[in-house]
Amino acid sequence: MEFNASLIGQAITFAILVWFTMKFVWPPLTRMMDERAARIADGLAAADRAKQDLANAEKASADRLREAKQQAAELIAQAEKRAAQIVDEAKDQAKVEGDRLVKGAQSEIEQQVQSAREVLRQQVADLAVAGAEKILKQEIDAARHADLLASIKAEL
Amino acid sequence: MAAEQSATDYIVHHLTHAGLVPKTGAIFNFSNMHLDTFWVALALGFLFAGLFGYVARKATSGVPGRLQNFVELIVEMVDTQIKDAFHGKSRVIGPLALTIFVWVFLMNAMDFLPVDLLPAIAQAIGYYGFGHDPHHVYLRVVPTADVNQTFALSLSVLIIIIGFSIKAKGLLGWFKELLTAPFHAEGLGMQIVLGPVNLAFQIIELLAKPISLSLRLFGNMYAGELIFILIALLPWWINWVLGTPWAIFHILVVTLQAFVFMMLTIVYLSMAVEDH
Repeated sequence: MEFNASLIGQAITFAILVWFTMKFVWPPLTRMMDERAARIADGLAAADRAKQDLANAEKASADRLREAKQQAAELIAQAEKRAAQIVDEAKDQAKVEGDRLVKGAQSEIEQQVQSAREVLRQQVADLAVAGAEKILKQEIDAARHADLLASIKAEL
Repeated sequence: MAAEQSATDYIVHHLTHAGLVPKTGAIFNFSNMHLDTFWVALALGFLFAGLFGYVARKATSGVPGRLQNFVELIVEMVDTQIKDAFHGKSRVIGPLALTIFVWVFLMNAMDFLPVDLLPAIAQAIGYYGFGHDPHHVYLRVVPTADVNQTFALSLSVLIIIIGFSIKAKGLLGWFKELLTAPFHAEGLGMQIVLGPVNLAFQIIELLAKPISLSLRLFGNMYAGELIFILIALLPWWINWVLGTPWAIFHILVVTLQAFVFMMLTIVYLSMAVEDH
């Protein structure tokens, strides 16, 4: 065991090493590690935020979906209602049209019956006149007995 | 080696420093200097500074590589210890503690090299390169098994302790504390009586710190080295029976002593800035 100048020499070496570490090793390393810690904290915060955003978006999309379903259901119900209405209207129209057609046909039939009756009457009258003429022959003057003939015709 | 000389010669040869001048036997001899301690410690210091400086320069806050991860692990460990034990603000304490831990660890770890490896290389270089007698080429490879190295560290720490005290309390505040703590007195008379007692206690406390720091490290490493030398005296085929367990156990000692030196330095500096 001998204390000698190495004591001072080693102390100088030590001082230089500490100075070097203070200048070039410790500050950059600790700064970098702090930076990394900050980055990790940021990353975690961002992940949390993203999670929250995702949850919000999921909720919003679920709401939208529900709304859309509701709207669709409403639309379908409306359409069904409208379809039923249209069918009803069509039925009514058809009925009215049918009635109208029946009525038109009836009146036409009546008209035709009337005219047929008229024609028939005329023919019967003519026939009656002709028959009477044949029976009476000369005795009846068409011109003189026109009134009589007309009244007979009217009675037929 | 052991075959050519007696066991005592072998041990003494291994425990002799490569000094500038031959040993005189005096405890203080400031005309001498241990070249082996100096060069080994310097090389290890360069290894530490180079490795850590390189990593610090290339460090990224993104995904770290393995080397950066390893360096960060050490820095983080030191930083955690400081945050736990040191309740002040200082730019010096972090780098100081890191330097102590890594440098002391590296110097202690020189014990793991085979005890004859570097001395034999030195002897070969001395003999073939410079024509020296191999028996007069000395090399001790564990700088922390040299009191000069451990006292250089601990006395530097003492200076830093005093510096921290003065910076935290002011020069007058520090002097006042030297005279008024640990025994506090009320009246002026008692204060004058207790002043010298306090001063004596404070001086003992201040000196005990570096002495315990350095002698603890020195004792552990010197004993470890000595046991490695003794184990090396065994026949080569049985060497491993004791050498392996001791080397494995020494991993703990090497790391623990480096850690203890660093930790106590932090604690002492923490005490220096706190009021008694």
